[in-house]
Amino acid sequence: MAGETNFDLVVIGGGPGGYVAAIRAAQLKIKVALVEREHLGGICLNWGCIPTKALLRAAELRHSIDEMKDFGITVSGEVSIDLKAVVKRSRNVAGRLSTGVAHLLKKNKVTVFDDRAVLGKAVSGRREVKLAGGGVLSAKHVILATGARARALPGIEADGSSILTYREAMVPETMPKSLVIIGSGAIGSEFASFYLDMGVEVTLIEAMDRILPVEDAEISDFVKKAFIKRGMKIITGARLAGIDKGKTGVTARFEGGIAPVSADRAILAVGITGNTEELGLEGTKVTVDRGHIVTDQWGATGEPGVYAIGDVTGPPWLAHKASHEGIICVEKLAGEPDVHAIGEGAVPGCTYCRPQVASVGMTEAAAKDAGHDIRVGRFPMLANGKAIALGDDQGLIKTIFDKKTGELLGAHMVGPEVTELIQGYAVARTLEATEAELMQTIFPHPTLSEAMHESVLDAYGRAIHF
Amino acid sequence: MAIEILMPALSPTMETGTLATWNVAVGDAVRSGDVIAEIETDKATMEVEAVDDGVLAVILVEAGSENVAVGTPIARLAEDGEAVDDVASAPAAAAPSPPVAEAKVESSALAAPAPVVPTPAAAPEAVPAPASAAAAAPGAGSDAPRLFASPLARRIAGDNNIDLAGLTGSGPHGRILRRDVEAAMSAPAPAAAPAMAAGVTAAMTAASAPAAPGASSLEPNSQMRKIIAQRLQESKANAPHFYLTVDCEIDTLLAARKVMNEQSPDDVKISVNDLVIRAAAMALVKVPKANASWEGDNTRLFHHADIAMAVAVDGGLVTPVIWAAEQKGLAEIAATSRDLATRARNGTLAPEEFAGGSFTISNLGMFGIREFAAVINPPQGAILAVGAGEERPVVRNGQLAVATVMTVTLSADHRVVDGAVGAEWLQAFKGYIEAPVTMLL
Repeated sequence: MAGETNFDLVVIGGGPGGYVAAIRAAQLKIKVALVEREHLGGICLNWGCIPTKALLRAAELRHSIDEMKDFGITVSGEVSIDLKAVVKRSRNVAGRLSTGVAHLLKKNKVTVFDDRAVLGKAVSGRREVKLAGGGVLSAKHVILATGARARALPGIEADGSSILTYREAMVPETMPKSLVIIGSGAIGSEFASFYLDMGVEVTLIEAMDRILPVEDAEISDFVKKAFIKRGMKIITGARLAGIDKGKTGVTARFEGGIAPVSADRAILAVGITGNTEELGLEGTKVTVDRGHIVTDQWGATGEPGVYAIGDVTGPPWLAHKASHEGIICVEKLAGEPDVHAIGEGAVPGCTYCRPQVASVGMTEAAAKDAGHDIRVGRFPMLANGKAIALGDDQGLIKTIFDKKTGELLGAHMVGPEVTELIQGYAVARTLEATEAELMQTIFPHPTLSEAMHESVLDAYGRAIHF
Repeated sequence: MAIEILMPALSPTMETGTLATWNVAVGDAVRSGDVIAEIETDKATMEVEAVDDGVLAVILVEAGSENVAVGTPIARLAEDGEAVDDVASAPAAAAPSPPVAEAKVESSALAAPAPVVPTPAAAPEAVPAPASAAAAAPGAGSDAPRLFASPLARRIAGDNNIDLAGLTGSGPHGRILRRDVEAAMSAPAPAAAPAMAAGVTAAMTAASAPAAPGASSLEPNSQMRKIIAQRLQESKANAPHFYLTVDCEIDTLLAARKVMNEQSPDDVKISVNDLVIRAAAMALVKVPKANASWEGDNTRLFHHADIAMAVAVDGGLVTPVIWAAEQKGLAEIAATSRDLATRARNGTLAPEEFAGGSFTISNLGMFGIREFAAVINPPQGAILAVGAGEERPVVRNGQLAVATVMTVTLSADHRVVDGAVGAEWLQAFKGYIEAPVTMLL
């Protein structure tokens, strides 16, 4: 295939949206090329989801040593952390998976260009894609899957040494003594939890009135209390006015009467913005609105033959959403039957702080705002046998049903391994199960998942164990 | 079981008629095809043929009775082995009473334990459905094919009296989802098959009206009439009809049927119409392209020969469906068609029993109609109009001979069924009818 420049489809960006789209296209016998400027696997695999999970695992193991004596195990000698080794392992994990993606693309006969790509002109129903390294590709369809990057705040420069973004926060060379983290979404909360477990004094700042503001208020509150109990400082309703850099550290200033916070370093986690620049979008009918490309439910932009998927199209900025969008976009343009757009509230969200948070569908407040007459079930992990045996019994499972139809409107979970459990409710929602089917399902004993069953039962006043 | 003979509709507009004469008397043996009575309307006098064999047990409407409503039981036949007296004294329109175990429901929250009927392992077990979804859930052991719909869709449909069988699912593999039910709820008119008319106003007859020239009166149209009008008009307006007619010689078929019914171990009697249903089902399997429906961007190809049969009822007609008829033997088709026809006339069909289907058969043979062309039952792709089997001269090897001939006409929607496909189907159908042993395979 060397030298081939004519394709049915060119995908720009090799993250979880782009590489999945390319593989799906290859499965559908579409002649496809992928252009990636840096790492196959994108941010998710190299600088996001995966390496942070490796870090959090290290933090969790470190934390478990403190619990050993509760289990009757004595650990003698000094417990120390080799930060270089922790970070190296995280990088190795990312490296292994990136190699895996390259292998998958090769196996599926996707032509990969390690290059930057710019959308070129439309020529007789085809689209040119110019490569920075020289050469022009031609394709019937182009998918933009260029992802996103940390959003900057005006007047605050992330220098990478004292003011960090996720990228530097993931590969610390030394541990700071104290840290201020601006933004308490998934990224901010995960770093807060990681650094706290590594022995750093952490102050978590949120402009909204609660941390994890997209989650259900009860879940936010639960996590806040758990963080505070572990020694984290949390300031909500604090709008950042600026960050001053001093000789020994940084000082975050806030609007209103909120006292400034000084720390060795700051991490900015205030959202992300789409990579829409230098893509050749100028002069096309592709619309960019507040940093994100506007598409329909199938990924089509205003420009014929040009599609966009994943983070570059806006929130929720989640790898699994990008992958799914990539698949339906490709299937739609291949004319596959039975292609379905992502339904409202169908994308589950997970945050891997300690305690873990996972949710799908509407929060209680959103369900009420939407005019639903609701039933709410709650079940604490305190009453779950497996959680008690694990020594990890802090958690809550909350389910929200439409009173009239029994539709599972939303499920919100905090506690041990809930990120692995949420798919059960996601499947139920996809199948349009009602409370009846969930109640009729037998959940195995002893598992954490029994708490999911009990939460449903509780919504109808039938919980057995609480 | 006793067979009720109902007042037939001699024309699409006939609502009542005069039972002029009885040609048979109580105690006479009657064979299918025998002329048993004559009916008069203001337009014509027609013969009524028996469609089943038996002994005339009782005459319920005496000769000379006027204004007998279509669908009224006029006589009852006792089948072989049945005591004529029992049949004669049976309550009118007796529903077949299933053998009910003597389980009393106690007036407490706990129901008395019902006797357990062992279920064959292969039979799907009935799943206790949530109360409101019960109506929409297909019952175990029902002849209807499994209806794929989400629990939420079933619940919402049940709460809003939406018939799921009439909906097209937009989910994976055509599964009916909430959005499909909600779309049906917000649609202006139900797309479902005609609902049973509750009470059609007693018709005004010419006899009781003053014989003024040009006199007329207005009758309010029943819901059923409106739906029939809407659907058939839509069919004629949208589906480009074409018609193919063929003669089928049925002497072999009639002989085979006689043998079958003589050998039949139980009380199931197979009618000519049952054989027509079986042959049509087999022909749809042989020529699957004819088993299709136009849906704009797509053509729906049915996996089974779901054969709807047009049944004239009081005030209109309904088309109950024999699901997956190609998988049913003649005895099962006979039992199912008789049950559906009886209940169609009683008005006791469940809505899902007369909605859907992939192909329709309309048989006016019992009215002596030689041949006719039917309007396609939308959204199906074709309908077969079956005329009377009658002795006609035929030419064989240059010699004039007599054969019993049944003329059938296929009306097909040219958007999905081309002329050659329709012709191929009719050829297959004729093949099965004229060599009935082949349809038993």
